[in-house]
Amino acid sequence: MSDPKPESSPRQLAEDARDRVRFEEEALELSDQVYQVARRLSGSREEAEDLVQDTYARAFRAWRSFQPGTNLRAWLFRILTNLNIDRGRKIQRTPDQQPLEENDYFLYNRLEESTGDGNADEQRIVERLSQNDAVTALADLPHDFRDVVLLVDLADFSYSDAAQILGIPIGTVMSRLHRGRRMLKQDLAESAVEES
Amino acid sequence: MSGFAFDPCEKCEQMMQPFLDRVLTEEERLEAEEHLAGCAYCAKRYRFEAEFRSFVRLAISEPMSPELKAKLSALRTPL
Repeated sequence: MSDPKPESSPRQLAEDARDRVRFEEEALELSDQVYQVARRLSGSREEAEDLVQDTYARAFRAWRSFQPGTNLRAWLFRILTNLNIDRGRKIQRTPDQQPLEENDYFLYNRLEESTGDGNADEQRIVERLSQNDAVTALADLPHDFRDVVLLVDLADFSYSDAAQILGIPIGTVMSRLHRGRRMLKQDLAESAVEES
Repeated sequence: MSGFAFDPCEKCEQMMQPFLDRVLTEEERLEAEEHLAGCAYCAKRYRFEAEFRSFVRLAISEPMSPELKAKLSALRTPL
């Protein structure tokens, strides 16, 4: 697919090769970010590494379908999330139907309450959370919610980029993000209070 | 509970996520900032939320191995 057309002139061939090299370099510069998200979409490091390699192999094969001047990062992440869906997600139980906290201050309030120190500053409060609990809480999110939380909160995509990457309406991005973040916080609040 | 947030702290709480996501309108942002300037209760919770976001980001970040980086470079089209 990436072979130049037979009628191409030597000059076109050279330009083509130069564009391809530039494309590949630019894509590789984004690989840390691609890996970060892939790692959290996957159950293990090995799985994540396979996913990233498949993503780059596909991206390099399909480079001509990338429109120069458009968002390469979003284009790469679209390949990543599509491959992740294609490889067949593990069957997951339906998300808990337990009611979610309806307010946004509850994580802070819950942690402060269980700290028993009304004067603790917010840095000390956040230190009560454990890294492992955050990883577990994220892994436990239903996949559709986790995808959105990762794209917006880890990879810094806008709502509209996330919508394009996942092929869903922007309103769905917003509601999944909203709900996903709350599920994450509720889970973390429970772990932190249990551990104290 | 009424459908409208007459309590300014409740209104401020509802604006926290969009505020930090930078998707509020200019008018809404100014409204939130004005409230935050005079309300230690909300200001503390906004600062916590910002800290919390950094915490999550750091907690779930795992660097890529140099081996993978080399493998990706090797996928480039040979010249």
